[in-house]
Amino acid sequence: MARLSLKGVKKRFKETEVLHGIDLEIGDREFVVFVGPSGCGKSTLLRLIAGLDPITEGSFRLNEKLMNTVPPSKRGISMVFQSYALYPHMDVYENMAFGIRLMGLDKPEIDKRIGEAAKMLQLEPLLKRKPRELSGGQRQRVAIARALVRKPQVFLLDEPLSNLDAALRSEVRLEIAKLHQDIGGTMIYVTHDQIEAMTLADKIVVMNEGRIEQVGTPHELYESPANTFVATFIGSPKMTLLEARTANGKLSIPNGGSVTGSAPDGAGETVTVGMRPDALDIAEGDAPEGFGADVVYTEYLGNDAYVYARLADGTLVSVRAAPKTYYPANARITVMPRAEALHYFDSASGARL
Amino acid sequence: MTATSAKAMTYDNKGILSTLGRDGLLQVILIANTVLMLFPVVIMVFSGFKSNMEIFNNPFAVPDFANLSNYIDVWTQTNFVRYLFNSVFVTGFSLLLILVLGTMAAYAIARYEFFGASFLLLFFIAGLTLPLKLAIIPLFILFRDLGILNSYWALIAVYVAMGLPSTVFIMTGFIRSLPRELEDAARMDGASELRIMWSVMLPLTRPAMIISAIHNLVPIWNDFFFPLVFIQNDALKTLPQGLTSFMGEYTTDWGVMFAGLTLAAAPITVVYVILSRQFINGMTSGALK
Repeated sequence: MARLSLKGVKKRFKETEVLHGIDLEIGDREFVVFVGPSGCGKSTLLRLIAGLDPITEGSFRLNEKLMNTVPPSKRGISMVFQSYALYPHMDVYENMAFGIRLMGLDKPEIDKRIGEAAKMLQLEPLLKRKPRELSGGQRQRVAIARALVRKPQVFLLDEPLSNLDAALRSEVRLEIAKLHQDIGGTMIYVTHDQIEAMTLADKIVVMNEGRIEQVGTPHELYESPANTFVATFIGSPKMTLLEARTANGKLSIPNGGSVTGSAPDGAGETVTVGMRPDALDIAEGDAPEGFGADVVYTEYLGNDAYVYARLADGTLVSVRAAPKTYYPANARITVMPRAEALHYFDSASGARL
Repeated sequence: MTATSAKAMTYDNKGILSTLGRDGLLQVILIANTVLMLFPVVIMVFSGFKSNMEIFNNPFAVPDFANLSNYIDVWTQTNFVRYLFNSVFVTGFSLLLILVLGTMAAYAIARYEFFGASFLLLFFIAGLTLPLKLAIIPLFILFRDLGILNSYWALIAVYVAMGLPSTVFIMTGFIRSLPRELEDAARMDGASELRIMWSVMLPLTRPAMIISAIHNLVPIWNDFFFPLVFIQNDALKTLPQGLTSFMGEYTTDWGVMFAGLTLAAAPITVVYVILSRQFINGMTSGALK
């Protein structure tokens, strides 16, 4: 059992406040991903949970027990660091044994745990090697194994894939997902990569500038983003935001065409319309219904093609199209949004309508 | 003759720089410098195998290396062994203290945020600018009052004070460059601060410790001034000071003295070579990723 509860958590470094009151509940066995741009405070939050930095204000409870002043090693939490932080002068076995030896376990138990972890992560042939003799992926697995042998209630992973190349990244991502199924602990995973977040998480916490923007399942975040930040952060290529005028059952942009559709209640004269690349169709030339646009370039990805085009008001819109689609630069097209796939946000606050 | 071949001619006449190249010229200068530096050393070693007569008649001649009488004299007729022991003890103990204290101070300055940390570092570095020899008279009075004149401790205290600034400076910079996540990892593993320093950080600071050791070893071993002032008891004299007692008021056995000098220089040279190799190993071991 591991339930984490953060209430009004703030963190200040000297004068600058980097976390402005975080409230978050994490359930047992959940795989939670903190995602956000660099400097949004996600790693700081992780370090507060780990106990590596003190919490300035607010409370952090693990299974109803206040953890604010409990030292890191007594929290039942393990952490995998971005740089792996393997002890360079110790071999793989010693790296894993260091922590559990300090826990006061006896030799047979230490050997047993290391044996299990090594088997699970295919490290058995590497136990006598030093970290410098390992490849990036192997180091990564050692770092995970070192966290594993402590049998923690909560695993923290700080951008664990950022030092791996692309091919290895998706491989290790799968391994981490499998690991979570096998050992069933609560996992908190920090990343700035939304694909990692979408594929791994039970629950995603989107952070920006020291605040939580939205908490939800990958599906919720993609389908009903709470505001324009989440809307543009989740999904690739990102959602196009358009300032549109609402009148007479039409959404229009000046000199740029219009589509039939009405903004939900609460919208003012203008509304921010969010269009994902797959919510748009393309027609060649000008059409009565839709926004006229000039093609900037076409991106061919094999199974898809993305057409980037500029609308009359200067907005760059991305459209997913069939792979054989190709439009030369400056070709005139009309993009036609499907009404049911549009997102509406308040123009002033950016909040979902 | 065409214009191009005329041009080629002028390129052919660029002198030594073009025949040897820049690197070649550098080599020549370095070799010349090496000869210059090693010459007195070679003469010292040679003279150790000669009698006074031979030294003055043929100062540059290659001696009979089988003639070890000077070395036997140094070892048996003089207090050389005693001086050697004193030097080893004083140098060794000073280095040990410098490394232990310097590393601890540097670790604290580099890793813990506390009020006055940067002032403390500046304070240590300021020590680099102080010529300790200027303080010789107050030091003498201080040591006299402390009752440690004429003892090893007078020398060790001065050497440690001399060595700490540079050591703290070198070690602080190095420890700051070590990844902080290593400490965090050890903290998560439940290691106490002392264990983190001992089991995780210290093994990684070895290259910097060896630099500090080399940096302090030679000046301490060769120091003549402080023993001269602080040590009167012959049994406590270090090598450089002890060797001067070979110079008599009326006669000096130069052969024996050079043999002594050679023996005095030998251990330090060996240690230096070993430490340098260690240092290079440390740098290339990839300890820092």
